[in-house]
Amino acid sequence: MIGFVEVTVSVGTVTLLDRLTLAIAPGAPTVLIGPNGAGKTTVLRAAMGLLQPTSGRIVWDGEPRRAIVFQRPTMLRRSAAANVRYASVGADRTRELLELVGLAHAADRPARRLSSGEQQRLALARALARDPKVLFLDEPTASLDPASTKAIEDVIRAVSARGIKVVMSTHDLGEARRLAGEVVLLHRGRIVEAAAAPGFFDAPRTVEARRFMAGELLV
Amino acid sequence: MPDDVSALDLVLTGDPALFAIVRLALIVSLSAAFVAAMIGIPLGAWIALSSFRGRDAVIVLLNAMMGLPPVVVGLVVYLALSRSGPLGSWGILFTPQAMVIAQAILVTPIIAALSRQTIEDLWLEYRDELTALEIGPLRRVATLVWDARFSLITALLAGFGRAAAEVGAVIIVGGNIEGFTRTMTTAIALETSKGNLPLAIGLGLVLIAIVVVVNALAWAFRRAAERLSG
Repeated sequence: MIGFVEVTVSVGTVTLLDRLTLAIAPGAPTVLIGPNGAGKTTVLRAAMGLLQPTSGRIVWDGEPRRAIVFQRPTMLRRSAAANVRYASVGADRTRELLELVGLAHAADRPARRLSSGEQQRLALARALARDPKVLFLDEPTASLDPASTKAIEDVIRAVSARGIKVVMSTHDLGEARRLAGEVVLLHRGRIVEAAAAPGFFDAPRTVEARRFMAGELLV
Repeated sequence: MPDDVSALDLVLTGDPALFAIVRLALIVSLSAAFVAAMIGIPLGAWIALSSFRGRDAVIVLLNAMMGLPPVVVGLVVYLALSRSGPLGSWGILFTPQAMVIAQAILVTPIIAALSRQTIEDLWLEYRDELTALEIGPLRRVATLVWDARFSLITALLAGFGRAAAEVGAVIIVGGNIEGFTRTMTTAIALETSKGNLPLAIGLGLVLIAIVVVVNALAWAFRRAAERLSG
């Protein structure tokens, strides 16, 4: 579906991704985990075409129909419904998407007046309005309370059940356990371990993965 | 307009000559601000979203042009519109149209420079989102102008304020003809030169009141619109 082939991303003298090779296949969510600066966000931004690899290439199987929800999404200065409508391609599914993310009641409210959790769900609806085959989520529940986190995770499951491939980053191992079909542990711009979720959590193969799972700091 | 009555009397008695001056001043200044907005906002947006060689120099020049001397602009427009000038065939020297042109030239850099800054700031905030949504260049500009609309009101007010307060350019290209091209500021200049200070001061107070009311209305509109749309 998406292939990273020896992808390196450097900014000045700093290497954000170091010859990263990764195949992302359709199916249950792929969850990128790892400490700050591991390269999770860079993977997502590169896959979205928001930054170009310094070397290597990113290959898509067919047309890259993709969308992303940033960790801190920017709401346009208009209503919640207008934010979704703005991003729509094809038929207008604003109502359906607002219902999917539980915001039908807030359709006419100014998007910037919504709570953080509501804005995150609205950003999900807006991204889905692009009718993507792949949806990238950058720490979608960071700094949200448990109720808001559950609401977002429910939407992610619903989206995934519709056949949309979800690729997301998170710091939260619990969230990774709840959602992941495949887990990719990144550290210093490299893949430490990539495996199906049950195998990764039950029997991590690498020392770094075991340490990360044990709550130790990877520096 | 009699010289021996106060401006307050003229206002309270609804003096037709005074109201003709106020009306013309408002028409000229609002028209100039409108024309300048039609040019300045797209220009500011284009510079904000563009990258080209010499962009920094263009921004510095644009900012510097906010301080264009009105009499110089008036002189240039006068030369352009005079019979022997390149636009002499238009035959609009000493008309309100010439005054609008002169004021629009003065105001356009102000609106363009302030719009450029406002839209560039918003672009930094929106860039990732609009790029990820694959929004094309024209729609980006439209989106940024629309979403910056409340901040752009301030740019428009600055432009209108400059136009309303300006005297040097309009007196050169308008000629201060009573009942035709006499505005508040040119009338104040004339009354002052005649020594009729109470009337000049009175007219000045009326002018300030108009500017304050326009700004207050714009402020109230902005607050109400912000409440509705966030």
